[in-house]
Amino acid sequence: MKFPSLKFVVPLAAGLALSFGMAGTASAQKRGGILNFVVGSKIPSYDGHIEGTFGMIHPIRPFYSTLIRVNPDNPQSPTDFICDLCVGDVPKGEDGFTKYVFKIREDVKFHDGTPLTADDITATYKKIIFPPEGIASARKAFFKMVDSVESTGKYEVTFKLKFPSGSFIPSVAMPFNFVYSKKDLDEKGYTWHKANINGTGAFTFVQHQPGSFVEGKKYAGYHHMGADGKPKPYLDGYKAISAPKMALRLQAIRGDRAAIEFRGFPPKARDDLVKALGDKITVQESDWNCALFATPNQRRKPFDDARVRKALSLALDRWGGSKYLSQIAIVKTVGGVVFPNHPLAATKEELVKLAGFGTDVKANRKEARRLLKEAGAENLKMVFNNRGVDQPYKVVGTWLIDQWKQIGVEAEQQVNPSPVFYAKLRKKSDFDVSIDFNCQSVVNPIADVTKFLGSAGNNYGGYKDDVLEKIYDRLLRAGTEKEQRVIMREFETRALSDQVHMIPTLWWYKINPHRSYVKGWKIAPSHYLNQSLDQIWLDK
Amino acid sequence: MVTTSEVAVESEIEELTDKRPFMSQLREFGRKQPLGSIGLIIVLVMIFASVFAPILTPYDPEANAFEFMLTPPNLDFLLGTDQFGRDILSRIIYGARTALFVGFTAAFIGATIGLVLGVASAFFGGKFDLIFQRVMDVFMAFPLIILALAVVSIFGTGVQNVIIAITIPFIPRCARVVRSSALAIREIPYIDAARANGFSNSRIIMRHMVPNVMAPFLIMITAFVGQAILLEASLSYLGLGVQEPVPAWGLMLQGGAEEYVESAPWVAIWPGVAISLAVFGFNLFGDAVRDTLDPKLRSQ
Repeated sequence: MKFPSLKFVVPLAAGLALSFGMAGTASAQKRGGILNFVVGSKIPSYDGHIEGTFGMIHPIRPFYSTLIRVNPDNPQSPTDFICDLCVGDVPKGEDGFTKYVFKIREDVKFHDGTPLTADDITATYKKIIFPPEGIASARKAFFKMVDSVESTGKYEVTFKLKFPSGSFIPSVAMPFNFVYSKKDLDEKGYTWHKANINGTGAFTFVQHQPGSFVEGKKYAGYHHMGADGKPKPYLDGYKAISAPKMALRLQAIRGDRAAIEFRGFPPKARDDLVKALGDKITVQESDWNCALFATPNQRRKPFDDARVRKALSLALDRWGGSKYLSQIAIVKTVGGVVFPNHPLAATKEELVKLAGFGTDVKANRKEARRLLKEAGAENLKMVFNNRGVDQPYKVVGTWLIDQWKQIGVEAEQQVNPSPVFYAKLRKKSDFDVSIDFNCQSVVNPIADVTKFLGSAGNNYGGYKDDVLEKIYDRLLRAGTEKEQRVIMREFETRALSDQVHMIPTLWWYKINPHRSYVKGWKIAPSHYLNQSLDQIWLDK
Repeated sequence: MVTTSEVAVESEIEELTDKRPFMSQLREFGRKQPLGSIGLIIVLVMIFASVFAPILTPYDPEANAFEFMLTPPNLDFLLGTDQFGRDILSRIIYGARTALFVGFTAAFIGATIGLVLGVASAFFGGKFDLIFQRVMDVFMAFPLIILALAVVSIFGTGVQNVIIAITIPFIPRCARVVRSSALAIREIPYIDAARANGFSNSRIIMRHMVPNVMAPFLIMITAFVGQAILLEASLSYLGLGVQEPVPAWGLMLQGGAEEYVESAPWVAIWPGVAISLAVFGFNLFGDAVRDTLDPKLRSQ
């Protein structure tokens, strides 16, 4: 018997294997089931445009869509964006990268039945970028480069930029940019979405029992198709269960009352879960685009004095803290204003030149005492405003108090639930020094560092620093990475070392142990990303 | 003719004004109330520990020492260390200060306000008594912890607010008990005599009625201290009481105990033992005080 030629057999075998493999992949996703997950913080409001907490994004994001988003299958990439409400590829930019034209999908309807058009996208981005007087927008500063946003057709939106900027597309892809209906904004006002939901997301709102849970059910008219050719989502619904205490969240996963917690657990919790449940638990880990700070309120004395702020920063033993805190909290890396390991981030040699980053802790603290004395703030007593979330706020807060005590500063910790905590930062500005964080979604350093600008909507320090604003303007316009790097160091030195507007602690490290039957979810370098839940399915 | 209530009151007054030497009274208390004596010893040990905490503690209870984090009990750290490397023994001893301060303050203030209001309610009677008691009913309809949680959510966290939160639920409980005793005293002729002499209401209440309801007042205080310690620990455990790094037993349970209960059980066990012992001690002592001061139980 003559065997067929290998030239023929090998490609055939490979083709068949690929076909079966693809068929296997296509039919792998199972439909149905309710995803129960736990959330460790409360919901201050439903409005993505003003909030910056996972307490809102985890339970509420699935109700909304965004214009573009980070590819849910490749969330670690800082450059892989795909259309959500637009069609085709994400636009590359025209007219020297100063014009971006988005073609909008024509098959999308809001949950109340209203068809989505370009006007809804335009109204949404106008609210985010050019909010009317008295309307808050937490990410307004991310869009400094935008000159205008207009509907240039029923299904076409055009953004015109003042100058080319590499941070524009990542800013548009931020998961907080929920697309609202123009009708809702016009008729119900710009604050209606704080307490009401009407989106185009994969799930429709069922109920919210404050302090207990948020429930969503599958939206039959969702615009994305699954691998099986039917509309997503795969899940019938989800329940976001409020569980402020970490132990409770951990036990919920252990007892299978919840399948996943999207934010992150400390190493100890991961080890306990794996030890107890073995292969029933899958662990995903990632660096985290999230840094924890202490922000002094510069509206109050003596925190309006840069010497006092610098002393508070000099007191911290960041390198020692990293070694030990990483064992008990979700923090790990010593860093400056930029996500560590990013090309724009400071190296260790550059970091140690900043105030409080030097490795000689004794010398740092001696200098801190001298500065306090010089500023007339010896034996300083202050109230430290902290957030009532265990990880990492309360753990790092306890560490901070101990560090400050070593330069003679006595801090009384006041822990508040998230709504009260935010009210103190935003409305009342009622704090001496507060825990603060710069948790960004898409890794986009030039946009991420806007948090340090006194003019930013999410900056609570109460200062105006024209020098820093000018440095940032130059950074925005820098054409090459080399140039951006140089200006970024200047920005970092001004913000963290000379003026010490914010006192950096450590960058976070994300560990997500979850039930192995949860499929389709990939860890991102941010707990805000990849939360539309439309790609998740349950292998039960 | 001498009424039953008069006999009871005179008997209580005699007991309160017993002129025997203190040590003799103490010995008799120990003989008659062995469990109460154990309670008293626990209470005294707590008071001693909290007063002499700076001398008794081997380490600063608030200082982080990460190089010793989660060390099991050994000769250097008799009860081990927590996740910040802090000595648990030192934190337990200092925690007694927080527990006693909150416990005594809340119990004394709550019981005292309850005493005055209860006596006033009984003295004035009529519509005032009726309305006042209905208000007390509303407060008493809430379980202690629920009412305390509501108060903390209004005033916020911290030692002062925790004291307020615990004090408020105690007021109606004391007022109700004291009122029942005061109702009997109100009918005794010397109160009528005081009225006939033209004494003011406040003078009659404060000088003639309040001293005669001291027995139930003292019993309530001792009972309240144990409850207050438990409430403070509960609130701190829920993150609504005192805050880190202040050493407090409930906070110690909340802080790391939940996370490390399997790998470092000593972090959870010792504060739990301290809370249990303290509440047990105060309850035993309170019961003994009640038995000693209550003429009905005493005659049995």
